[in-house]
Amino acid sequence: MSHELTHLRALEAEAIHVMREVAAELERPVLLFSGGKDSIVLLHLALKAFRPGRLPFPLMHVDTGHNFPEVIEYRDRRVAELGERLIVASVQESIERGRVVEETGPRASRNRLQTTTLLDAIEEHGFDAAFGGARRDEERARAKERIFSFRDDFGSWDPKRQRPELWNLYNGRIRRGEHVRVFPLSNWTELDVWQYIADERLEVPSIYFSHERDVFRRDGMLYAVSPHVELIDGEEPFAASVRYRTVGDMSCTGAVASRAIALDDVVAEIAATRITERGETRADDRVSEAAMEDRKVAGYF
Amino acid sequence: MASERRNGAGGLDLSLVTDGLRAEREQGITIDVAYRYFQTARRKFILADTPGHVQYTRNMVTGASTADLALILIDARHGVVEQTKRHAFLAALLGIPHLVVCVNKMDLVGYAEETFDAIARDVCALRASLGVKDVTFIPISALRGDNVVEPSAAMAWYGGVPLLEHLETVEVAADRNLADVRFPVQWVIRDHDADYRGYAGQVAGGVLRPGDPVTVQPGGVRTTIASIDTLDGPLDEAFAPMSVTVRLADDVDASRGDVLTGAGRAARVERELEADVCWMAEQPLRAGARLAVKQATSSARAVVDGLLDRLDIQALHRASDPAELALNDIGRVRLRTSRPLVFDAYADNRATGSFILIDEATNETVAAGMIR
Repeated sequence: MSHELTHLRALEAEAIHVMREVAAELERPVLLFSGGKDSIVLLHLALKAFRPGRLPFPLMHVDTGHNFPEVIEYRDRRVAELGERLIVASVQESIERGRVVEETGPRASRNRLQTTTLLDAIEEHGFDAAFGGARRDEERARAKERIFSFRDDFGSWDPKRQRPELWNLYNGRIRRGEHVRVFPLSNWTELDVWQYIADERLEVPSIYFSHERDVFRRDGMLYAVSPHVELIDGEEPFAASVRYRTVGDMSCTGAVASRAIALDDVVAEIAATRITERGETRADDRVSEAAMEDRKVAGYF
Repeated sequence: MASERRNGAGGLDLSLVTDGLRAEREQGITIDVAYRYFQTARRKFILADTPGHVQYTRNMVTGASTADLALILIDARHGVVEQTKRHAFLAALLGIPHLVVCVNKMDLVGYAEETFDAIARDVCALRASLGVKDVTFIPISALRGDNVVEPSAAMAWYGGVPLLEHLETVEVAADRNLADVRFPVQWVIRDHDADYRGYAGQVAGGVLRPGDPVTVQPGGVRTTIASIDTLDGPLDEAFAPMSVTVRLADDVDASRGDVLTGAGRAARVERELEADVCWMAEQPLRAGARLAVKQATSSARAVVDGLLDRLDIQALHRASDPAELALNDIGRVRLRTSRPLVFDAYADNRATGSFILIDEATNETVAAGMIR
């Protein structure tokens, strides 16, 4: 037998190691689970790390209220299957309590508001570590981020003061009020994620596969027609065969034209593409050259 | 892209791709390690692009700590410069098994074999003092693509393969220690309903198999591997860097920080050790400092009993008995720990021979250490 792991199995082993380090060294971790493909992989890796025991942390979803219904249905079903605990932190409640103010107009999005809801929930539950599915290949500020990403007591990321991260030795030491964001999938690419989902035969929400949907074109992207988005004059809805590469809010996540109906089709499509998923489908990253860096400094995922 | 102004001569500038932070784009330099990903039909790659300036040595050490291969570019017009020596030295210090020296801009020296040979000789002269195991030299022109992906027609005298083919085929699995069994316990998995107790961890060395005898260190209790478990079922064997769960035949009291050791060389179980450290904090390190140490899955407190030498990275010379180690300095220290650690020499096992030091007042990671 060869004693060489495939690239995917090496990534899997690294992610499991990271999750166990967090469970061992921090008091109250939480796993951010949205029902998106990255968090589906993250949850699966958690099972690999801790079964047959229970997960040593709950799951949490920051729910904007503008999510795709197919994804929420998947989220609830998956959690029920596993018998694990899900906390839903609601942006709608943050708005009702006056913690944040809803944006208005046709380009309104709850994307930025999530940060406050997330930080409030972390504080309320006393979480000192939050697992996220972010990957370094997604975006250039993320390419610089550590696997253990330290956050001060305002939830801020300081890119100039990151802890050196050597070998597989992670420093999770924090003071009260501070926390770490932990990204076990840091070294995975979008293609790795899909190949892993295919290898492990993981179920994903139906919107990741080609389906007919009423969409309209804005800023070169295809948006779903939904109660959460106002049309601007001249925007005409039409039916198209689309799928989603990322799962965010309906208000800021674009679809791509696609005929991929099975996992193998998706893997082939991603292997052939030269545009990043966030560049192609996320309005929230198009604000400026440093849109993600700025949001991360403010405490975003 | 707004930063295209820096792309002066019309050539490719990797920093346009890798400088991901606002401060880096403003200052026009790479400060932090950037991780990039690419793949060919044969292999997937993780590229750690690290800054070259001496004041960012700690970032380079960080990128080098997990690398299987280091790639150093030498400008054919300038030959071996101070930065070349420093980078080759750091690659050797961090135990990167393979070094590729690309002599770049060969087009600007008329693709001259003599120039390439002279530079290769200079690097080979360094190699003995550095202790790099495997060095490969490739003459390239990154701008014109000579010997990058395709063989160069202009350098028919070069008998080797192009860079990409070398990267795709270099043997890396053989670098892992498959002889000496090391399994640092990370976490104990319990399922009370099923009376299950398994030791979860990532294999750091050797090959584990059910039925093999193991010793739980420190403590020295002997037992046998009952099974190697995963979510997908039991395994016949496990090796580095697999993350698995090991069940033991006897009811021994193992916990996080313990190491299962087996066949092969015995691990060192000691409270004193000597190590080369790269100091990463603004405040210099002095003898007597008390710090936290994290090594494999073990945490302890440590006192620096002595600073043995400090490396002059320009001259590649070690000066004995330094008064302190400043930011980005590399030097040998003697540590005493509050409890025994289970370790190997870094040269024998990068996973069990490395550690970090943490300042307990600031919680910052202040040093990377390699046990000698």
